[in-house]
Amino acid sequence: MIKIENLSRDWKEFQLDHVNLEINDNEYFVILGPSGSGKTLLLELIAGIWEVDSGDIYMDGKNMTWTPLEKRGVGFVYQNYMLFPHKTVFENIAFGLNMRKVDKEEVKTRVNEMMKLLHIDHLAHRLPRTLSGGEQQRTALARALIINPRVLLMDEPLSALDKKTRDDLIRQMKELHQKFDITMVHVTHNFDEALALADRIAIMKDGRISQVGNSTEIFRHPADKFVADFVGVENIFEGVAKKDGERLTIIDTGKVIIYSTEPKEGPVHMTVRPEDIILSSKKVETSARNVFKGKITEIIDNGALIKLTVDIEEPIVVFLTRQSFIEMELNIGKDVWTYFKATAVHTF
Amino acid sequence: MRKLDHTTIFFAIMGSFLFFFVLIPIVNLMVSANPGIILNNIQDPGVMSALFLSIYAALAATIIALLFGVPLAYLLARNDFWGKGFVESVIDVPLVIPHTVSGIILLLVFNPGGIFGQPLSQIGLTFSDAIPGIIVAMLFASSSFVVNSSREGFENVDPRMEKVARTLGSGSLKTFFIITLPLSLRNVVVGSIMCWARAISEFGAIVILAYYPTTAPVLIYRRFVDFGLQESIPVAVLLISVCLVLFLIVRLLISGWKTYDKD
Repeated sequence: MIKIENLSRDWKEFQLDHVNLEINDNEYFVILGPSGSGKTLLLELIAGIWEVDSGDIYMDGKNMTWTPLEKRGVGFVYQNYMLFPHKTVFENIAFGLNMRKVDKEEVKTRVNEMMKLLHIDHLAHRLPRTLSGGEQQRTALARALIINPRVLLMDEPLSALDKKTRDDLIRQMKELHQKFDITMVHVTHNFDEALALADRIAIMKDGRISQVGNSTEIFRHPADKFVADFVGVENIFEGVAKKDGERLTIIDTGKVIIYSTEPKEGPVHMTVRPEDIILSSKKVETSARNVFKGKITEIIDNGALIKLTVDIEEPIVVFLTRQSFIEMELNIGKDVWTYFKATAVHTF
Repeated sequence: MRKLDHTTIFFAIMGSFLFFFVLIPIVNLMVSANPGIILNNIQDPGVMSALFLSIYAALAATIIALLFGVPLAYLLARNDFWGKGFVESVIDVPLVIPHTVSGIILLLVFNPGGIFGQPLSQIGLTFSDAIPGIIVAMLFASSSFVVNSSREGFENVDPRMEKVARTLGSGSLKTFFIITLPLSLRNVVVGSIMCWARAISEFGAIVILAYYPTTAPVLIYRRFVDFGLQESIPVAVLLISVCLVLFLIVRLLISGWKTYDKD
């Protein structure tokens, strides 16, 4: 387990401010944040690439804060690969084993195995500059994994790759994670990568951790407006909450009144997921607390799903399948009814 | 053919002045020398020993410059510290002061009573009119070539690559020797050859600190003073040939040495 306590460090325009984090054994942990949030710096501090200003880093219960980086047992993969340009693919991967004075024959066997696993065995004698981005990143992964690090730290490992290569590598990294029983910490600004790979996600902003949780928790219950915006949550409204009886909270946005089951008082943000909203062209009987009539103001065709914006005094986004969209004969300006349950309204 | 505009033509005419100003005298020297006399000079032990002394004292100066200059260059490339600008300036000072002044500066500290000369004479090293004096004068004048060129090479190696090597188990000194140095070797070699060539050419500081034993530039000067222009030409031709060959090697290295990260 990796435990980070009150970690702080100033570095040029970046600043980490009392970061606390726990990463479990064999977890695929993603640190997600916009550029400038300090996530790379955090990763480099865990690796020992820079020294901390204050705070502690524990690995498996041992304080590693001042352990030199070659003694931490971490693997590091950079976005731009950082392969040794004067060494072949084979020599790059063999590097860590050679540093450990592993027997020559064993190095050969293990490097060959690793190259096969990552489908780069045909590139063994090529120099890095002759490889594609995907091939370079596979080499970098192989080079880091071959020393069996207790944790593999990856800084935007997929960001320089095209979409197809990225999807291939996402699949491969899942396999590697299972095969090697290894803790992986992956830094990215791309929420899709986090969704595809992460057991848990930490959201970072301005050198602080805003929220830690699995993807469902973060997606459904963003801790604050920043997280909600960043992970692409639709339908965020501001309002004032007050209690209404035992179980209900009323949120007044100034234009509409929305019911929630989450107990809150005072100024709040609230969100309701587009897939939790039901749309109909006629008023129907329903148990849903929140019922609004509105006009369709925007229709965006996303392929399988159609994204509609309905003006219910507040603009609310609703997803429809293509099939229902066609059946309901919707178009801009048409009056529709939207329904959603009080339990679907998340406040923060 | 591409049509040249007036500005390009005008700048080319102005710019070619310096080119010919340097080239014509050198070519003139080479062609005005009598091959027979040059051949005689090659067989003259005085000339040859002066030439060899210049070459090998310069080599010794270059090796010393490498030994101390490379660590300094790496330090300057990787660290920001208080007074860094001052350190950089000090290293470059010998380039901007007259070489005779360098000689006087060195003579003051390396004479047998000087702050360096006195303790070093205890272990049998004398500098006035001795080979160590020649080496010291050469080192003073030309070591900055090694420092500046090596530093540029180190700066071109991404420090994160060194960090990755260290996560793989390589200690920091080892990383320097197996990752950083091989990747910046071209700059180190180019800097060394420039240092060597500059050291061979050194005259001003040597003439003050160690007039004897005679190096090639001093021999040329003495022939000129004692016997006139015609006697100094053959040695000048030989010396300039050595320097030009070294310089040619540098140019070939710069253009031909494949860097790994660029095609």
